[in-house]
Order: sequence, then C-alpha cells, then structure tokens
Amino acid sequence: MQIFPFVVVAWILGVGLYGVVTSRHLVHQIICLIVVQSSTYVLLLGVGYVTGAVAPYYFDVPNHTPAVDPVVQACTLTDVVVEAAVTALLLAFAIQAYKRFGTLDPQELAELKG
Amino acid sequence: MTPGQRRWIFVAGGLGLLAFYLWGLSGLPGFGNYPGPYGPAILRVAVAQTNATGVVSAINFDYRGFDTVGEEFILFVAATGVATVLRMLRGERERPALDEAAGRDVPATSSAVRMVALLFTGPVVLAGWWLASHAQTNPSGGFQGGILLATAFILVYLSGEFLVFKRLSPADLTDVVEAAGAGGYAAIGVAAVAMSLPYLTDFLPLGQVPGAVSSSGTIALISFFVGIEVAASFILIIGELLEQTLLIRQEG
Amino acid sequence: MTTLAAVQTPYTVPTAMMDILQITLLVLVAAGATAVVLIRAHVRQVLMLSIYGVLLAVLFLAFQAPDVTLSELVVGAVALPIIVLLTLAKVRKREQ
Repeated sequence: MQIFPFVVVAWILGVGLYGVVTSRHLVHQIICLIVVQSSTYVLLLGVGYVTGAVAPYYFDVPNHTPAVDPVVQACTLTDVVVEAAVTALLLAFAIQAYKRFGTLDPQELAELKG
Repeated sequence: MTPGQRRWIFVAGGLGLLAFYLWGLSGLPGFGNYPGPYGPAILRVAVAQTNATGVVSAINFDYRGFDTVGEEFILFVAATGVATVLRMLRGERERPALDEAAGRDVPATSSAVRMVALLFTGPVVLAGWWLASHAQTNPSGGFQGGILLATAFILVYLSGEFLVFKRLSPADLTDVVEAAGAGGYAAIGVAAVAMSLPYLTDFLPLGQVPGAVSSSGTIALISFFVGIEVAASFILIIGELLEQTLLIRQEG
Repeated sequence: MTTLAAVQTPYTVPTAMMDILQITLLVLVAAGATAVVLIRAHVRQVLMLSIYGVLLAVLFLAFQAPDVTLSELVVGAVALPIIVLLTLAKVRKREQ
C-alpha cells in the first residue's frame, strides 16, 4: 500500500501514451489525452493523503482534527474544469482539420501539405 | 516512418520515462505519510483567519487566489478559442434555423427523454446555484456550481428543440455574462489595491460565525463570479458545437 | 506538530477497511483506463469514458476529497462525453 497508488499512476500514464502514439483517429487520440491528464489528478491526490485523516472541512468536525492536505485538492479541482475546456478547443481544431483535409487519420495528416 | 518504427521509439522513450519516474518515486515518503509543512500550516490557521470552514475553497480564492485568476483566464481563452476556430469558413452557409426544425431527417426524441430532462432542469439549476454560493461552508464552490448550471441548459436542449436552447442562451448574453464573471474576479482584486492593500486581499467583513453563508468576506463573492463565468464558458462551447452539427453545412 | 494518529469522528472507519476500499478502486480505475484506450469504436469509447469518469470520482471520494469528486463527476461523466459526442456527430455527418 505504500507505493501501489503511484504504480497505478504510472500504468495509467503508460497506457494513455500508448493510445496517443498508436492511434488512427484524431478523436480517439484526444480521448487518450484525457486519460493521461487523469493520471496526474490521481498522483496529486495520492501525494497529499494522510492515513486515518478526514476531509479538510470543519463544518461538523471539531477544529484542528488532522486532515488530508487541502492544497493539492485546490490545485486538482481547478485543473479538472480547465482541462475540459482545453479538450473542447482541441476538438474544435479536429473539426476544422476534417473540414480542410477530409481525413482524421493523424498519420495521413502528417503527410498533407497546405 | 512506419508504425513499427514508431512503436520502437515509443518503447525506448517510455523506458527512459519509467527510469526517471522510479528515481523520483524513491524520494517520496510513501502513500499516507504526507510530511510537508504547507498543508498542516494552513489547516492550523485557516478557519480562524478567514471564518470559512471549507478550507479548500479558502485556499482557492484567498490564499492562492492569484493562481485561480490565471486558471479562470485559461478557461476564458479556451472558450473564446472554440468560438473563433469554429467560425464559418468561406464556402459554408448557415442553414436557416426554421429549416433545421422542420426538415431534420433524424428520429424524433423519445418522450421519456424529454420528460426526464424537463423534470430535472429545475432541481439542477437549484443545485448548481447552491453549490456556487456555498463555497465557504461545504464541499462546493464556483467551479462545480458553474458546470452544473451549464448542464441545466443542456437539459433544456434535450427536452425541447435546439431553437429553444438558442433563445434561452443567445450568444450576446452568454458573452456578456462570461466577461462579467472573469472581469468581476479581477475587479475584486483591484478594489483591494484601491484600498492600498495587496492585490486580492480579503477586505470585506468576515462575519461572526465561521461557516455561515454571509461569512468569509470576498471568498463567497469570488466564488459567485467564478460560477457564472464557468457556466457561461461551457454554454458557449456546447452552443458552438451544437450549431456546427445542426445549422452549418457545406455549400453544394 | 502532533502525530497524526487515527481520530474518532462520526465518519471514521478502521484503517484496514479504508485500505481495501482504496486498493479495489485503484485496480478498477486502472482497468477502466485500459478499456478506454483499447476500445476503438467511437460511441462505445465515449460511453466507457463516462463510466471511467464516475470510477475516478468514487476514487477521489475514497481519497477524502469531496470537492474534486463533485468536479470530476460533472465534468468527466457529463460535459466531456457531450462535447466528444457532438464532435463525432459533426464529423460523421460530413462522411455521409
């Protein structure tokens, strides 16, 4: 349990990168990019975890109860929303590439010119 | 470069990445033994200093408010980028909106979908609004509430026609609301500067009870602005994509 | 800094139970990520992406992060699949 979450992070990263590299369709590539991004969320939350602690919300728990690290949670939370918008931008580029070149195969797109 | 060669280069690069990752992993103190000084230091003083029981939102909008301004502007720029990239190109023409409603050759939406979407629109709006206004008490905040509000508009599209969606969220109004959200956040920071405090200092009265809706000063206000900005961004993005799918078509 | 022993709140469970829960969810997330990458059919991949988003959200809940759970649930299970489906519809329409 000491290193298992980080092993899973490395696995998700590797699998996502494999999908990006060997993909034949731009939309499939973008979805694999989403998987790669999600591995970083798991990594951030795994680093800040404290065994036996509660969530950092003191609404109904007495003050100064040991809690998990709130800073990494703040980073991850804005990250999730912002990367969805960036993915939408990437998909807009994919639509325009299809309109322009007629194909969504990244290996064919690399050879087209102008 | 053949796919086989590509695969070998990927394996070589992946092994290098794995080596660096294992080297970094050996310096970590293990899962669950977070030692760092930053987290416990903030937890010790957060509730007393900001009167907010939601420490994560206090960090997002007060202690590290400057980072969140940056993230929000990334969102703003991404939504603007989608609207710019998906503009009508030369050689395309927009189908008149009436034509879209009458001559669609797709099967009609089932009544079950329309009924469920109609029933859920009200509660989703309520839930999104509640989340966006309670950042300082519970696990909630502007980002989550904003996306839920955008989902409510998608439910409107599902329960009716695309025209209703366009009428309820005209492009001009969405642009204005998005800009108001982003600008409002920056303006709160500038208002602090106008009182000769550092940028984005929490200058509003902090309230009596920690964790009430009216406590914690600017955190609640900033969370509201972020909520409407995120909602407007996503409505804009999805509206653009829907327009592309339904209205715009190639000449000839 | 006090030692971080397990505290008694209304929400505590034994550490062993929490460990088992987290290990199960991590294995499920790894399997979900593999499934998302290996599926090549478009609409099926989007559905698997939605399920993966829900699995991630539950994992974040087990990591004591309810805020991130809310974000990931709405974004990963609703907003992202809708955006990808609309793109696929646009691309497929031109193919006809």
